Amino acid sequence: MDADVIVIGAGIVGAACAHALAQAGRRVCVLDARLGGATGAGMGHLVVMDDNAAELELSRHSVAQWRALAPRLGADCAYSPCGTLWIAANDEEMAEAERKQQRLGALGIESRLLGAAELARAEPALRAGLSGALEVPGDGILYAPNAARWLLAQHAASVHVEHAKVEALEDDGTLRLADGSRRRAPQVVLANGIEATTLCPELPIRPKKGHLLITDRYPGTVHHQLVELGYVTSAHHSDGDSVAFNVQPRPTGQLLVGSSRQFDTTDLAVEAPMLARMLQRTLDYLPGLADLNAVRAWTGLRAASPDGLPLLGKHPWREKLWLAVGHEGLGVTTAPGSAHVLAALMTGATPDFDAAPYAPRGLREVA
Amino acid sequence: MSDQTQLHIDGQLVRVKAGSSVAAALRIAGGMGAARTSVTGQPRAPFCGMGVCQECRVQIDGRRRLACQTVCAEGMRVETTA
Repeated sequence: MDADVIVIGAGIVGAACAHALAQAGRRVCVLDARLGGATGAGMGHLVVMDDNAAELELSRHSVAQWRALAPRLGADCAYSPCGTLWIAANDEEMAEAERKQQRLGALGIESRLLGAAELARAEPALRAGLSGALEVPGDGILYAPNAARWLLAQHAASVHVEHAKVEALEDDGTLRLADGSRRRAPQVVLANGIEATTLCPELPIRPKKGHLLITDRYPGTVHHQLVELGYVTSAHHSDGDSVAFNVQPRPTGQLLVGSSRQFDTTDLAVEAPMLARMLQRTLDYLPGLADLNAVRAWTGLRAASPDGLPLLGKHPWREKLWLAVGHEGLGVTTAPGSAHVLAALMTGATPDFDAAPYAPRGLREVA
Repeated sequence: MSDQTQLHIDGQLVRVKAGSSVAAALRIAGGMGAARTSVTGQPRAPFCGMGVCQECRVQIDGRRRLACQTVCAEGMRVETTA
């Protein structure tokens, strides 16, 4: 197939871009080196985040798209409309829950404040003495590797996926593959997460390591995706290690337990001290977790940009190259919105919301 | 001390050599020695025998444990359907 667009990376962002471009009538070739990345390592949460207006707009648009796709997603995508409970541990965090409700409400996003007693009834496994929570019922979870495959399969006639490693981007936009062959297309999308810096070292992307752990099946222990309100503070430190309480009830009955953040390491080994810190934080909220069995723990690398927003748009100086990178821990949530923005820019259409905040920025000239 | 241990597997009394693992007892109890059922309903049995594959999860005296990493104890109650 003579492709109009080559997408590098078949993770959730690359798959969503291929899907959106095919919907816009483009023939797409997706090249994936099968190195694995954040799509296979992450939690698969679909959560509206509101640290800033641009993140809120992108995540709101994206979660709405996921909800619209949900009835058609394959069963193995394990979509669950479990909603999120943002847990307030004290009065100060409860005040933050109220401010969060106002911010979401201003954009028409439904949410509900739960007092301490209501929270205890909603999630009896949480420890006593918490102040309350903000429930965001529109959030959900899915199994991202299968969701990516599902997106790629939706336009089988115009989306072609190949196992191939791109070794270099030449100055005229030609791709040089590991087998020595070359590929060309009028447009190329770089959507391979943390691997993007090997092809474009000028990108301002840093690895942010995370640990996750999954338990055996204990159905009914937890009903919502649970996140501490302090998560926002810990998740956005640009330096140092941090952990936050973040637990999901998977449709299998398993509990997926996060989350940790470490900069400046690409060693994928599970680190016992970091895992212990993360689990101790979880026990602060869910003491009963200590009696459950873990099945597996693993790590992954988030592709973090300096300001936490993805880079979506034309590469400033590389011919034919478009960027869809730097989604950090929110790539599964924001893949549909990112793909919408990028496909609109690439096809000369107008995105549903302002694309300017995501325009590629902070790239370093390298010799 | 007896060189035999008696335990219950899904209500059935099973006699094994003292020091046997629960995984061995599942096999002695008959059939495929299945330990658990996957979410899609497939029977799963002890595979690696060294605590890595997690396929031999069973309920032992009310607690989820790995059959291959647990030594049979007198009167132990093992449930493969819990």
